Amino acid sequence: MSIFEYNGSALVAMVGKNCFAIASDRRLGVQLQTIATDFQRIYRIHDKLFIGLSGLATDAQTLYQRLVFRHKLYQLREERDMKPETFASLVSAILYEKRFGPYFCQPVIAGLGEEDKPFICTMDSIGAKELAKDFVVAGTASESLYGACEAMFKPDMEAEELFETISQALLSSVDRDCLSGWGGHVYVVTPTEVKERILKGRMD
Amino acid sequence: MSKAAIEGPPKGGFSFDLCRRNEMLVQKGLNAPSFLKTGTTIVGLVFQDGVILGADTRATEGPIVADKNCEKIHYIAPNIYCCGAGTAADTEAVTDMVSSQLTLHRHHTGRESRVVTALTLLKSHLFSYQGYVSAALVLGGVDFTGPHLHTIYPHGSTDTLPFATMGSGSLAAMAVFESKYREGLTRDEGVQLVAEAISSGIFNDLGSGSNVDICVLTKGHKEYLRNHLQPNPRTYISEKGYSFSKKTEVLLTKITPLRDSIHIIEGGDEMEE
Repeated sequence: MSIFEYNGSALVAMVGKNCFAIASDRRLGVQLQTIATDFQRIYRIHDKLFIGLSGLATDAQTLYQRLVFRHKLYQLREERDMKPETFASLVSAILYEKRFGPYFCQPVIAGLGEEDKPFICTMDSIGAKELAKDFVVAGTASESLYGACEAMFKPDMEAEELFETISQALLSSVDRDCLSGWGGHVYVVTPTEVKERILKGRMD
Repeated sequence: MSKAAIEGPPKGGFSFDLCRRNEMLVQKGLNAPSFLKTGTTIVGLVFQDGVILGADTRATEGPIVADKNCEKIHYIAPNIYCCGAGTAADTEAVTDMVSSQLTLHRHHTGRESRVVTALTLLKSHLFSYQGYVSAALVLGGVDFTGPHLHTIYPHGSTDTLPFATMGSGSLAAMAVFESKYREGLTRDEGVQLVAEAISSGIFNDLGSGSNVDICVLTKGHKEYLRNHLQPNPRTYISEKGYSFSKKTEVLLTKITPLRDSIHIIEGGDEMEE
């Protein structure tokens, strides 16, 4: 078994028209045993910037703490929030520093940048950035998420349609993955508001 | 209090903190993860007035295509570019690092960077990591000594060649070069030959795919042709898109309105005493 499959996770982010959505499952497991069904995998960095961390949960939480620390130092020094592109480079640098003993985490970063332009990106566990214009996926359900997103995604969706698409893609994908599921967490971020929703899913 | 806690962010270099723990996990039967690779076709050739670099645009993670249109021709200096194959994070990090060193060097000396300088910086870094930083590179550029093309292997050895290929599609691409390359190609002939070599990699090597990127470097000029050829466009997009018959069940919704950014009004009313 791969260390990435120890806790199980599913993460996906999608771009819409002047908005983005990021979603994850809610399961925390130890191999096939479920430990928690309300686990937070997506973290808020600031109002318009979110990061989801798939992979080994202990590393995800450590990494999140380091990222919050670095972002707060940046805020104090610069008196502004980080742009998503800058934050992605920061995450990449922190991961690559551990090139030969990596954090077992695959991050998904989503944010609204300058003039509320949506930005999404994912990385492998040593910080190789993969920028995409449409959607990015990570976690143990990534293969089925690729398929679902490839079929369901349309460019320039409005917030509500984007929510429906990302939710359906997530729920149908985690049903084909033993290690993730138990509903979903979805954040839809527009320039004016953040909508956080909890989805009902299968409980097996 | 330990010294590390009061220090600021680290200044660079690798950290080996987690190696022991990760080694322990491997011994317990938890396999280490695979990284994003660029199972790649990258090529370069010298033509009559400069150098042409070419690359495909597929990134893979095991058998999965992780990125269908990634960029493998990296910027080093205004007159030097570099194609990367191998572990994606390594090629990206190594080229960015050398590019930043060269920028500082240019500010210090006020001269254009030379290709050999980039070559030496790259090979000395790769050599000192004994091949563990797995970046296979094709470095090309034009400086005041003329056009240069080099290949750099992960262990730090280098070649200087009139035409070069690297990556998993190198054999397919080299077959094209060996049969059609000659000295004194024109720009258009060169671009066509590079595109043909990359296409050969795209269609005959499973690790390479999608589009052809090309970069033409001549004296004092560069031309980056992103997606020069797109031989594999998507053919299966539904006109209507996908519609959902039943809505997802939402258990809880929380809406957080965002603050408007503060506008400073200049020349507003004066405050009362």
